[in-house]
Amino acid sequence: MTGISKAFGATSALSGVDLGVAAGEIHALIGENGAGKSTLMKILSGAVSPDAGAITVEGQPFRPRDPVAARRAGVAMIYQELTIAPDLSVAENICLGSWPARAGWVRGRERDARAAKALAELGVAIPLATRAGDLTNGQQQLVEIARALLGSPRVLVLDEPTSSLTRQDIDHLFTVVRRLAARGVAIVYISHFLEEIQALCQRYTVLRDGHSVATGAVAGTSTATIIQAMVGREVGDQYPQVPHQRGEPLLHLAALVGRPLPRRADLVLHRGEILGIFGLIGAGRSETARCVFGLDPVQSGSVTVAGTTTTRWSPTRMLARGVGLLSENRKEEGLLLGRSLSDNITLTRLSPYATLGFIAAQRQQNAARTWIDRLGVKAASAEQPVGELSGGNQQKVALARLLHHDCDVYILDEPTRGVDIGAKATLYRMIGELAARGKAVLVISSYIPELLGICDSVAAMCRGTLGTIRPTTEWTQTSLLAAALAHEDAA
Amino acid sequence: MNTLPWRRILTAAGPFVVLVALIILLRMQVGPTFLGYYNIHSILQQTLIVAVGAVGMTVIIISGGIDLSCGSVVALCGMVTAWVLACPGCPTWLAIPAGIGAGMLAGVVNGGLIAGVRLAPFIVTLGTMSIARGLAKMIGGNGTINFSPSWVDSLMQRPVEPGAHAAWWQWLSLPTSIWILIVLVLGMAVLLRASTFGRRAYAIGSNEAAARLCGIRVGWNQIAIYTLAGACFGLAGIFQTARLGQGDSTTAVGLELDIIAAVIVGGASLNGGVGTVMGSIIGAFLMSTLRNGVNQMDMPSYWEEILIGSAIVAAVGLDRLRQRTRP
Repeated sequence: MTGISKAFGATSALSGVDLGVAAGEIHALIGENGAGKSTLMKILSGAVSPDAGAITVEGQPFRPRDPVAARRAGVAMIYQELTIAPDLSVAENICLGSWPARAGWVRGRERDARAAKALAELGVAIPLATRAGDLTNGQQQLVEIARALLGSPRVLVLDEPTSSLTRQDIDHLFTVVRRLAARGVAIVYISHFLEEIQALCQRYTVLRDGHSVATGAVAGTSTATIIQAMVGREVGDQYPQVPHQRGEPLLHLAALVGRPLPRRADLVLHRGEILGIFGLIGAGRSETARCVFGLDPVQSGSVTVAGTTTTRWSPTRMLARGVGLLSENRKEEGLLLGRSLSDNITLTRLSPYATLGFIAAQRQQNAARTWIDRLGVKAASAEQPVGELSGGNQQKVALARLLHHDCDVYILDEPTRGVDIGAKATLYRMIGELAARGKAVLVISSYIPELLGICDSVAAMCRGTLGTIRPTTEWTQTSLLAAALAHEDAA
Repeated sequence: MNTLPWRRILTAAGPFVVLVALIILLRMQVGPTFLGYYNIHSILQQTLIVAVGAVGMTVIIISGGIDLSCGSVVALCGMVTAWVLACPGCPTWLAIPAGIGAGMLAGVVNGGLIAGVRLAPFIVTLGTMSIARGLAKMIGGNGTINFSPSWVDSLMQRPVEPGAHAAWWQWLSLPTSIWILIVLVLGMAVLLRASTFGRRAYAIGSNEAAARLCGIRVGWNQIAIYTLAGACFGLAGIFQTARLGQGDSTTAVGLELDIIAAVIVGGASLNGGVGTVMGSIIGAFLMSTLRNGVNQMDMPSYWEEILIGSAIVAAVGLDRLRQRTRP
């Protein structure tokens, strides 16, 4: 791709972007949210046509009208949001939209054969008749790749393919991607995780504000260099430290057992403490948080908040006691996407702005605006629907709600998922400031560097059981990962 | 990870098992007349129109849509059929394509508005429900249309009247309309299972975004789906007129709810992607059998409505439970 430009109205989303990927190369495309990656993707897939510039695939000019034309020209795409039809079988999903057919009738045996062949190429065994919705995220991702392989693509674009995968699934995915590259497929790999890029990719291109600002070989380039190119300024410290003091215990889980997870969780969280929980997806981290918050059924054990032991579980009660949960799934569980920022921020605590049940909109908006400024949310106004914001800004709004509610215990489940690096630093600083104000913060994450960077102590969760809490200084990336895998190795 | 086979079988056979249980229960309560020739034929007659409509509605609901206008469309198509039958210069056979064609036209309008203007099916068909009813009354000049008897209105009648102790083979003397229903059901079941069109309908209902990305032309398929369903509603309209022996524009009010309920009781999901024609037909029979049984047992007629309503809620509730227990 050379000199690609695209403007939406007055805003220029891309200007003069160059991207070159050789056959058999795994090329990382890196950039903060809003840098223009998704627009570039849309141009490649034919959803949007560029204003200027040219794309060639194997020397042929490439200007697709829609995703199908793009696929036919040899460019296939794996989207961040999985595009699986959950009610259909694996074989149906792999052949979705291009079933082998004669005169409008599907040829079932040929469909199964094609699907089986595509899965065999990937080296994976998934029963063809399984309902796709019953598969794990990792398997669904592989089904998508198998679908992309049907058209024998020359170029495969993967957009954040690992954001919802477990460690094993990621390793498997990497093996598959390397195998495809070895067969001469050019691969564009879009990711936030610089570690992944260093493990997988040969070359990289950094996008910033619609420009391609840096490109080169991954080997010999430091993470700091890449981050600097993405942000465009020196990142002093990715994990800003705010000094804070540990106070009295606030949240106490004693032998908490949920249905079906966690199997057992014990922990004590103090005022002025940031405690991290690391675990692979499926280890029961989110389930633990959901149990504490009264969202998932609890089988046995107890939760004590500030000396009072919970007997009846419900989110209403936990919020009343000052326990706030930031869901890992902000779009589905966290925010009212169609409502304004001010409605979202003040949702759980409207009483200061209400007289006899009627809300004074002006005061509500003023309160919301304070938080918008303090967190640096980029929004047109407090009345803009939250769904129009970028992922990072949405996450800030979700956090602003908890801050506005003025909780004592903050349970943050994957607080930086899908958030770009600049916004991450803001969120980390907010978390540090919470602890400095004597709040207790529980951070759940599957991203080890961030836990080691911001937490006072960390525990690993493995197969539903929460391990020992140790001070962060006693952990290393490898020991933490090993702790999360410990039981699986033994099994 | 694999769905247990018995669970899958139970999901598929669930409504059928309930129907058989209901028949056994009513046979014990009502007595042998319940499974007698005349009562079975009366159940068949009562189910027919809902069943034909449910065949079309199944395709729509599988694709993630809904059609509230189908009751009014049935009335409209019935009026068009009656108008052709009453029209002096028109040949009798023309009534059939006219009735079905009117239904297809309504489907094109519904599908076109949903796909072209990207309106929610619920809203579009809420509007066309009223429009179709109005058009039906316009054709009838605010009254009924009478026509002289022909083979069209004999579609609903039994060819032979067997005696009280009929031999088994005489049970096969079904009205032509029932045979048409059987062919329609089998045809549609095969179409949904084995044709690319059918698979596209499931794919759109299961994940519309995925279907679009995989090159399925969602809009055109939606128009085709609503048109095909419209043909079914047209056929139901012809049967309706045949049964009444006249065109009545005020008929089939609320029929859309019976049809939707039959499809849902039959195991389809209003979220799309799930459902079968067989299930919907069983759903239709389940409800008319229940209705018939309540009448036979001399229970007050309000029980009929309460029980039907409970059956719908129970079916949807069971579906929810089934989804929750899924691994």
